Amino acid sequence: MNRKLNIVIADYNLGNTYSVSNAIKHLGYNVRISLEESNLKNADVIILPGVGAFEEAIKNIKSRNLDKILGELVLVKSKPILGICVGMQLLANSSEENGLHEGLGWIEGHVKQIIPLNNDKVPHVGWNNIKITKESKLYTNLGQDNHFYFDHKYHFVTEEKFISAQCEFGNQLITSSVQYRNIFGVQFHPEKSQRAGLKLFRGFLENVELI
Amino acid sequence: MLKKRIIATLVIKNGIVVQSIGFKKYLPVGKPDIAVEFLNDWGIDEIAIIDIDATKKGLKPDYKLIEKVSKKCFVPLSVGGGIQTLDDVRALTQSGADKVIINNLCFKSPDKITEFALAFGNQCIIASVDLKREQNEIKIFDYTLNKTIDYNVIDYLKNLEHYGAGEILLNFVDRDGLYKGFDIDVINQLTNQVSIPIIVQGGAKNVNSFIDLFEKTSIEAAAAANFFHFSEHSVTFTKSILSNKLSSIRTETNFGYSDFKTDSNLRILKKDDDVLEKMLYVKIEPEII
Repeated sequence: MNRKLNIVIADYNLGNTYSVSNAIKHLGYNVRISLEESNLKNADVIILPGVGAFEEAIKNIKSRNLDKILGELVLVKSKPILGICVGMQLLANSSEENGLHEGLGWIEGHVKQIIPLNNDKVPHVGWNNIKITKESKLYTNLGQDNHFYFDHKYHFVTEEKFISAQCEFGNQLITSSVQYRNIFGVQFHPEKSQRAGLKLFRGFLENVELI
Repeated sequence: MLKKRIIATLVIKNGIVVQSIGFKKYLPVGKPDIAVEFLNDWGIDEIAIIDIDATKKGLKPDYKLIEKVSKKCFVPLSVGGGIQTLDDVRALTQSGADKVIINNLCFKSPDKITEFALAFGNQCIIASVDLKREQNEIKIFDYTLNKTIDYNVIDYLKNLEHYGAGEILLNFVDRDGLYKGFDIDVINQLTNQVSIPIIVQGGAKNVNSFIDLFEKTSIEAAAAANFFHFSEHSVTFTKSILSNKLSSIRTETNFGYSDFKTDSNLRILKKDDDVLEKMLYVKIEPEII
């Protein structure tokens, strides 16, 4: 295991940065919560956490110039990045949460409200088992049937080729994780998904250098 | 498939976990960080920490306490008590809370629900409602004034959703700490009045209370406090027995209870001496993640 890995959680004043940092520290890694350009430049892996509404999130990202800084690092320098929850949704072209808002546009897709079928209650909140649909660095340490904690009212609608896992919510399928090259996103909260979540971080961080 | 959630509530008074009886009497249980660590290891689905003093005394949430407990908490953590402003919500999410629980603020200034939801998303806000029976009518109870208030319960719940709450936590005050089982009738009257998930709390006695609740209602989540503190193996036993009955329960531990005996209250009994004598202990190495 490479404990020297330089992991930076991008701080845009809206994430549950502390929970994410706790989970990663628990695995023995060094992790820094920061929005300094120099720290982000030196990172081996960047994590974009999220507990928040899309509009506020993208506003905070842009006001801190993080869209430009991260864009250069992720799109030009191919630094691996993992977006969590609204952090994953930010990767899309747009979101319709509280009005239409432009996202980072790094993975083709649109964030739309979950329209419940039958009597399903929205937000989609709780533990759901995911179906891994594509091999991904995220799932190297996990078997097929794993439960993760979800809590969201909007979901990432995108092409199949970007989806690496889905879950069933009533009669519909919800995008649970996405990937395009070095850009990863999970809709659920691995930092709050007990052992499965910790295994996901371990697998991802161990293999991420090989990207 | 989305699973039913089993939530443990820690009621906090003066920085320690207490047992609450009818919102009147309180008995000390122990340190919050120890309780959280154990509940996490036992595979609880979610933990709610509610400070019952903060709002009454006009105190801010105890951020240091949340930071401390969240270090060992790898399941979702909801925090309530003393939340008044957007900055309180921000500070809590930065201290390790995933969701916030607001109660009194919902009737004083429901606009706050909208304000919090616009920044943190609806999914981050749990509106908590205390319910109490009065002359066989179910009413909303204001714990800060210690009396019921004259709102129509259904209208009130619909309003919470309208203002932007992501979940509603219903506390049944009459059943608090009395082990009478969940109030199935009232729960059924209220569940489908809103389109957001509802968590119910108050009355859990043993695993049968949960089976009853999930079989007779469509409720998404059940919370309990005292039951999880005072019954042996409560979390693992409850989830193991529940998962035999229902497919919608998450079990992550390897505990099985098929060869355990229980008493009439479904508490686990010690195994017979001759069984214990013949038992073989196998060392299982903990899985390293």
